[in-house]
Amino acid sequence: MTSFRIPGKGRHAAAAPVHFTFDGQPFQGVAGDSLASALLANGVHLVGRSFKYHRPRGILSAGSEEPNALVSTDRGQGRFEPNTRATVLELYDGLAATSQNRWPSLRRDVGAVNDALYMLFSAGFYYKTFMWPKSFWTKVYEPFIRNAAGLGPAPVAADPDVYASRFAHCDLLVVGGGPAGLAAALAAGRSGASVILCDEQAELGGSLLSETDAGIDGRSGWGWLDETRAALAALPNVTLLPRTTAIGYYHQNFLGLCQRLTDHLTVVADGAPRERLWKVRAKRVVLAQGSIEKPLVFAGNDRPGVMLAGAARAYLNRYGVAVGRRVAVVTTHDSAWLAAFDLARAGVTVAAIVDARGTVPAALVARAEALRIPTRIGWTVTDTAGRLRVESVRINPVAADGTVGAGQTLACDALLMSGGWTPSVHLFSHTKGSLRWQEDRQMFTPGETVEDGCPVGACAGRFGLAAALEDGAEAGRAAAGALGFTAEATAHRVTDETPLTGTSLRELPTDRDPSRIKAFVDFQNDVMAKDIRLAVREGFQSIEHIKRYTTTGMATDQGKISNINGLAIAADALKRPAPAVGLTTFRPPYTPTTFGAFAGYNRGDLFEVTRKTPIDGWAEAQGAVFEPVSLWRRAWYFPQAGEDMHAAVARECAAVRSSLGMFDASTLGKIEIVGPDAAEFMNRMYTNAWTKLAPGRCRYGLMLGEDGFIRDDGVIGRLAHDRFHVTTTTGGAARVLAMMEDYLQTEWPDLKVWLTSTTEQWAVIALQGPNARKLIEPLVEGIDLSENAFPHMAVTEGRICGVPTRLFRVSFTGELGFEINVPARHGRAVWEALHEAGQRYGITPYGTETMHVLRAEKGYIIVGQDTDGTLTPDDAGLGWAVGKTKPDFVGKRSLSRPDMLVPNRKQLVGLLTSDPQTVLEEGAQIVLDPNQPLPMKMVGHVTSSYWSAALGRSIALAVIEGGRARQGETVHVPMPDRVHSATVTGTVFFDPDNTRLNA
Amino acid sequence: MLLIRCPYCEAERPEVEFVYAGEAHIARPTNPSALSDEAWKDHLFTRSNPRGRHFERWRHLHGCGRFFNAVRDTVSDRFALTYKAGLPRPTDAEIDAAQTPATNAPATNNAPAAQIQEARS
Repeated sequence: MTSFRIPGKGRHAAAAPVHFTFDGQPFQGVAGDSLASALLANGVHLVGRSFKYHRPRGILSAGSEEPNALVSTDRGQGRFEPNTRATVLELYDGLAATSQNRWPSLRRDVGAVNDALYMLFSAGFYYKTFMWPKSFWTKVYEPFIRNAAGLGPAPVAADPDVYASRFAHCDLLVVGGGPAGLAAALAAGRSGASVILCDEQAELGGSLLSETDAGIDGRSGWGWLDETRAALAALPNVTLLPRTTAIGYYHQNFLGLCQRLTDHLTVVADGAPRERLWKVRAKRVVLAQGSIEKPLVFAGNDRPGVMLAGAARAYLNRYGVAVGRRVAVVTTHDSAWLAAFDLARAGVTVAAIVDARGTVPAALVARAEALRIPTRIGWTVTDTAGRLRVESVRINPVAADGTVGAGQTLACDALLMSGGWTPSVHLFSHTKGSLRWQEDRQMFTPGETVEDGCPVGACAGRFGLAAALEDGAEAGRAAAGALGFTAEATAHRVTDETPLTGTSLRELPTDRDPSRIKAFVDFQNDVMAKDIRLAVREGFQSIEHIKRYTTTGMATDQGKISNINGLAIAADALKRPAPAVGLTTFRPPYTPTTFGAFAGYNRGDLFEVTRKTPIDGWAEAQGAVFEPVSLWRRAWYFPQAGEDMHAAVARECAAVRSSLGMFDASTLGKIEIVGPDAAEFMNRMYTNAWTKLAPGRCRYGLMLGEDGFIRDDGVIGRLAHDRFHVTTTTGGAARVLAMMEDYLQTEWPDLKVWLTSTTEQWAVIALQGPNARKLIEPLVEGIDLSENAFPHMAVTEGRICGVPTRLFRVSFTGELGFEINVPARHGRAVWEALHEAGQRYGITPYGTETMHVLRAEKGYIIVGQDTDGTLTPDDAGLGWAVGKTKPDFVGKRSLSRPDMLVPNRKQLVGLLTSDPQTVLEEGAQIVLDPNQPLPMKMVGHVTSSYWSAALGRSIALAVIEGGRARQGETVHVPMPDRVHSATVTGTVFFDPDNTRLNA
Repeated sequence: MLLIRCPYCEAERPEVEFVYAGEAHIARPTNPSALSDEAWKDHLFTRSNPRGRHFERWRHLHGCGRFFNAVRDTVSDRFALTYKAGLPRPTDAEIDAAQTPATNAPATNNAPAAQIQEARS
C-alpha cells in the first residue's frame, strides 16, 4: 500500500519502523505513532462498523474523544482488551489489533442490513420495534438484543496483569499538559510549590504538538516546548505524569488519575504493573483540559474519510501523515482553514474549502488564494458518496435568503470538517460546578464551583495559544501565591498566531428532506439529527429524557463529540434556548478506565480479609471443607474417606448425640463489659433482667434494635458483680459493639462502663455430648464440675490442660456441653490435647453444618437466618426472654406499638413434611391453599431445613402468619419439582424436656 | 473522598476512617414508655432530610472510636464544622462564622470546632 507519510514532517520523522497487524494484515508504522496515525499512513481509513447500523466508520479524531475507531487488542495470556480507541493506542512492535462489530469481515459485514432497515431502529427503537408480539420477548427479541448489544467482545480470561495504586498530596495539581497547563506548572513550580502535572497523552504539549506556525518567546513553538519540559523536569518539586488521565474530580480536591505504564512497551518486565491509579489530594487544582472539536451535521458525515479538520492537522504536523491526497474541507470555523493551508503546503491537493458562513476573514481568503485553494464561501455540503471511503462530496450554494441551490459533485478522498470547538468541562462538572451558556459562541463555559479548582485556557472558553499561556501562568502564580509561595506569572510572547473565529450551526443547510437524510450527531451510538427531532415530536422535553430515549451521548465517549450538537438540535426542535433544555451530566470516569485500575491490589487473596481461628490450621490438615461466615472461614464439615457432605454430617450428628463432639466456636463475637454500672448497662441493652444474675451464672441474652426487632443474641456470663462476658453471633460482633458504644457514648455517658472486644483474644472449643464432662474432669484444675457445683448455664475460671480458662457450661446442641475459652495462643494446643484425650470416647470434630442441624433439632434460632430484622421476641417464640418488669431497654417501647400486637404477625414455627424424606428448600414460600389462582398469597417462608439423623426424617423451621395458632394445620410449599405439604408444629423437635442437657 | 475533622483527635482525616451515624440532636427520650405511639413513631422514623445544612452524627471508627456531631451541606457535601457529642446544636451565626469563604481550602474547619467548644465549655 502506498505510504501517506510525508518525509520530514512530524515529531517522529526519523523514528524507527514498527511492525503491527490490523485484522491480520501486516503494516508498518514508526515509533511515536498511534495506531490511528499508522493506519492513516498506510491509507487505511475504514477501521470499524457502527454500533446499530453497522455502517462503515473511519477515524474521526486524533484524541481520546474518538467515537468510531474502537479496536480490540490481544497481548496474549489473557491480555485481551476491547474498545480501545485507535487514536490513543500507542504503536509498539508486534501490536495485533482487530476491528469490531463486523461479521464476517470489516469490508463485508452482514449486520449492515440494519442500515437499510433504518425505520426499525429509530429513536426509542427498544420500546417500539421489540414490543409485539409478546411471545417474541424472550425467544426472539432478547437473544437479538443480547447478541447485538455492546461494542467489542468481552474478555473471557482472567486479567493476568498487576495494577498499582498510590496516594499523593501536592500543592497544585495541573490537569492537562498543553500550553496552559505547562505555563501553570512552570509558574507554580518555580515558586517551590509541589506540583503534579498530568496529561493523558504520551508526550506533553497538547495542542502545541500539532501547531507549527506560532512562536513563543522568540523560539519556535516546539523549541519552547522542549525548553519548558526540560525546565519542569529539572525542578525536584514537580512531578510530570504523561500517559496519565485525570478520570474524576471528587470532593475537596481529591482526583483520580489513571497512569498507563506498560501498554506502549514491546517488552514488559515480569510483574511490572500495567497501570497505576493515583489518588491525589491537591490543595489547588488547575484544569487545562483544552477543547474538543465539533463535527458538522450533514448527510453522510460519518463516511470513512470524513474527519475533524483539527485531527487532520494533528496527523500532518504531529505524526507526519497526510489523511488523503485530495482533501475537501467544510467548516464554519477558521481553524479548518489552517488545516487546509498546512496540507496544501505539504503537497496535498485541497479540492476546496467550503465555508457555510456568509463571510470569512479576508486574511484567510488571501492565504487560500496564495496557495491556490478554491474556496466556496456561503456554500454547504449536502451529501457524501463512496462505499467504504469517501470518494466525493456534494456541495451547494446557499443564497442570502437560505435557499439551497443545485448541488455539484466534488471528488475527494478525505473530507475535513469543523463546527468549532467545545471547552472540555467534564472534570469541572464532576465538582457540581455550574456551567454558563455562551449564546453567541454556542458553548458552555465553567461558572462557579465549591472546589479550589481553576479552569484555564480553552477549557475555560479562552481560546488561542497566547490566551492559554497567559491564563495558565496567572493561575499557577495565583495558586502558589495563595499557599504562601512567592510566585511570578511569567509573561509569554506569542508570535504568528492566527486569531480564530467561527459560528455554530445545527445541521448544515440542505436541499433535501431533513427527515430522510442520515446526518449523524452521535457517531458511537448511531444517533442522527432526525432521531432527536423525532424524540421531541414524540413528546420528550428534557435533555435527560431525550438522551435516554435516543441514546445520544450515552456511549462510552459520554457525548464528548456529540453533546453540543445534540443539545442545539433539541433546543431548536423544542423552540427553547439551549440552557433551558440543559446539558446532560458528565460523570467520572472521563474516559473508559480498566476495572484493573480500580481494583488495584485488592484482588485475589487481597480482595478481602479471611479471618482464621487458632484451630483453623488443624481443621485444614484434617481435610475439613470450609465455608465463609462473614469474614471468617469456618470448618463446614469434616469428611472422611468416601463421605459426601450428607454422610459426614449424619456421622458427626450421631457422634455428638451418642458420645462426644468437638467444635471450634472461636469465631463467636466476645465483648468484655466491665464497670460499676455494668449490670445497669446490660439491663438497658438487652431485653433480659441482669441485676439478679449471680456471678458464676449465665443467661441467654436477646438484643433488640430501638424498633423492637431482634438484632442479636448470645450467652452472657457474669464473672463478677462488675464484669460480664458477652458473646454475640459471629457476624454480629462488630455491629453489636458499635451499637453498645453508640448508646454508651451518646445516650448514657454517665454510666461507668467500659467495653472491650475480646473476640480474637479467646479461642473457644465447644465440647458437646453425653461424655463431655468425663473427658475434661481429669484435665481441669480448680473447677468442680459436679452437677450441683457447675450446673447448666454456669461459668467459672480455672485452668484446663495447664492453661487458664473461662469455662462455660452451655449447649447449642441440646446435649451436656461446655464451651472452653482459652487464650487464643493456647487454642490449638488445648484442642489437640482434648482431641487426643477424647479418642477413648470416639471424639468427633464437627463443623458448622452439624452445629446447624443439632441446634435446629432443638429449635434454637440463628439470628439472621431464622430472623430477618422484622421479628420481635414474641414472633420468634422468645417472649420469655423479655424482662417484663424492667422500666426500659432498647426496643421496649416499640414492642407495644399497634403493629407489633396484631395476631397475624409472622411467627416462628416448626414444619414436618408429609413425606419425611423431603428436605424443603430454605427460603421456599409457604401458601395455605395450593390450588388458588396465581399469584398465590404467600403467608411465610422456610427459614431452616435439614435432614435430622436423630429423628430419621427432615425437619424445618419457618415463619408463618399467625403460625403458632396454626399448629397441626397443613400448609403447602411450592418447589421446583412439585408442591409439598407439611404440618405446622412447635419448634422443638428433639428432647423437648431438655433431659439431656442435665445428664 | 471527604476530609473530615475529628473534634476529639483535632485533625482532618479521610472519610474512610469514619462511619456515618444518622441525624444528630435526636435524644432518646428518658422514659420511652411514657410516649404516645405517635410521638414514639416520630422519634424512631421521622427525620428532617433537609436540602442544605444537616446536623448529623459521625463516628471516627478507625481512629479514636468516638461519636461526634457535624454540620454538612447536603447539596455541596461540604462540612461547615464538627463538634463533640453532647454540645448543643450550633446556631446559624456560629456556623456562618465557622465557614470561611465558600470557595476556599479544605482546611477551613480547623479553628471553628475549637471556637465552638470554647464558647460552650
